Amino acid sequence: MANPVLVVEKLRIEFPQRRRTLVAVDDVSFAIERGEVVGVVGESGAGKSLTGAAIIGLLRAPGRIAAGRIWIDGRRVDNLDPAAMRRVRGRVVGAIFQDPMTSLNPLFTVGQQLVETIRTHLPLDRAAARDRAVALLAEVGIPAPGQRFDQYPHQFSGGMRQRVVIALALCAEPKLIIADEPTTALDVSIQAQIVALLKRLCQDHGTAVMLVTHDMGVIAETADRVAVMYTGRIVELGRVAEVIGTPRHPYAAGLMASIPTIDRRQERLFQIDGAMPPLAAIPAGCPFHPRCPRAIARCREERPDLARAGAHLVACWLPLGPPS
Amino acid sequence: MIGFIVSRILQSALVMLVVGLIAFALFNYVGDPVNNMLGPSATSAERARLHAELGLDRPFLVQYGDFIVRAVQGNFGLSYQYARPVIDIVAERLPATVELSLAAVFLALALGIPMGIYTGIRPSAPLARVLMGLSLVGISLPTFFTGIVLIVLFAIVLKWLPPFGRGEVVAVGWWSTGLLTLSGLKALILPAITLCLFQMTLIMRLVRSAMLEIMRTDYIRFAMARGLRMSSVHFRHALKNTLVPVVTITGLQMGSIIAFAVITETVFQWPGLGLLFIQALGFGDIPVMAAYLVFVSLMFVAINLLVDLLYFVIDPRLRTGGG
Repeated sequence: MANPVLVVEKLRIEFPQRRRTLVAVDDVSFAIERGEVVGVVGESGAGKSLTGAAIIGLLRAPGRIAAGRIWIDGRRVDNLDPAAMRRVRGRVVGAIFQDPMTSLNPLFTVGQQLVETIRTHLPLDRAAARDRAVALLAEVGIPAPGQRFDQYPHQFSGGMRQRVVIALALCAEPKLIIADEPTTALDVSIQAQIVALLKRLCQDHGTAVMLVTHDMGVIAETADRVAVMYTGRIVELGRVAEVIGTPRHPYAAGLMASIPTIDRRQERLFQIDGAMPPLAAIPAGCPFHPRCPRAIARCREERPDLARAGAHLVACWLPLGPPS
Repeated sequence: MIGFIVSRILQSALVMLVVGLIAFALFNYVGDPVNNMLGPSATSAERARLHAELGLDRPFLVQYGDFIVRAVQGNFGLSYQYARPVIDIVAERLPATVELSLAAVFLALALGIPMGIYTGIRPSAPLARVLMGLSLVGISLPTFFTGIVLIVLFAIVLKWLPPFGRGEVVAVGWWSTGLLTLSGLKALILPAITLCLFQMTLIMRLVRSAMLEIMRTDYIRFAMARGLRMSSVHFRHALKNTLVPVVTITGLQMGSIIAFAVITETVFQWPGLGLLFIQALGFGDIPVMAAYLVFVSLMFVAINLLVDLLYFVIDPRLRTGGG
């Protein structure tokens, strides 16, 4: 692993409550190489968005990083003061959020928002920043960017707004982009366009992407590697083709089995029994054991760590074997 | 947008016509002026003649139309109390009320908005908690009480400021201003504070809650994720979004400041329209009351129109037709 763009090491995020402390993310470690797209999947509440928020230093109070370290582009960022972290955001790490309808300030033109972001990070004058902004709008596929520059967000459609959001995230050529459910709020027909755009731009610019989503389809199309999260922990981490083709963790296997396929006619989609437990009631041992068809006595007592199983990392005492 | 403005102006005109009707009706409900003018010994022939002379025998609607035409020209007749044209008396008193009201609005905005921003972005800071506590006091104390407390403290105990009146005034054309003399400015301080206190706390609490809400929105989070300076996030991106409710309330409140300066003007014996109105009430000076009613409504209507137009300046979503 030569000089990854992002290194997360044993990250733990806690939410102190009146009587106890909830652990939302625990012992999460992964790295993203230059230009690599790493998908993070899991159900709502699995801690994937929180991990993203922690990396860009925008955890909402009272959430806090309780342990672990984060490096972006070789620089440790989890202990930076707010002013220094602000200069990292946008410049070294960009972010894309879920809902393009609410991500843009309604009272400023798209151009104003782009120029302000560019000039915050790059030493450009107004005219040069404008040129760069128009070029970015063109690059993200917005027709007539010169005219669109002076329009307000409400004059753009949802897909077009998400393109603007991507342009805003790319303003200062960050090394890493945290894309938190970038397609979830979009029409299915637009989703594919946005995913393709994101992938192409990041290849062109050599930008690494942490793609947070619950959509396995998006991961399969876009990501190089994928991390599957459950109750705040990574349970499986590996190359996309391998995790989708031969999942080792029973939870990952359940996720993959619940993706409908077009060539198999099914009466009813597969589903994993039960639901992910709330943070306050994560069971001892492996947090997945109450729902796991393969659970053994050890699963109820000891929590498995992420360990090598074949080509992936899996946190399971009894991982599934490769198909025979 | 032009259509909207035209329709708002027409609505405003309609409101003014209705107010004019009420003001006009005052005259009819408070008795026959001919009785006062001729005394009890007049014959019915004499009274009929005076009725005809004054045009009081004409149909109600004709008289109302006549009243409106005159009012538009600024003619509200003679004051019973002063036996002078009402419009002259109003013009004399107007500067005092306008200066007091504008001073109060200025104070309310200049102090209320920064305090609102501060308490909105640092809700748990000790100073913010103190301000919020004090604002409860400010919002619940009645004007006459704060006025009297201020007079006792600053005029009687400390003797820093005059307890009543407007100080020396300087005439600038027909406008008499107290802003150019030291005694005029000193006299303005206490009544302006009294009048602004409620509005200031209202604006502060309004800005605070709008700020708290907007700081949680996605676009503020995205602005922070792009590494924009916090000063820009707070004062450019968030503040502009709080302006729509603030402008609405400030507009409405400015109308009430002018209308309800009555109490403050009475407490401080401030020679403005409010004091004139109170005195007119005591005297049964109907032309003055009618003129005051029309004037205050005109202020309300004009300010509301202005507020509606300001929305277009602030919010681009309103500018594009249907939006």
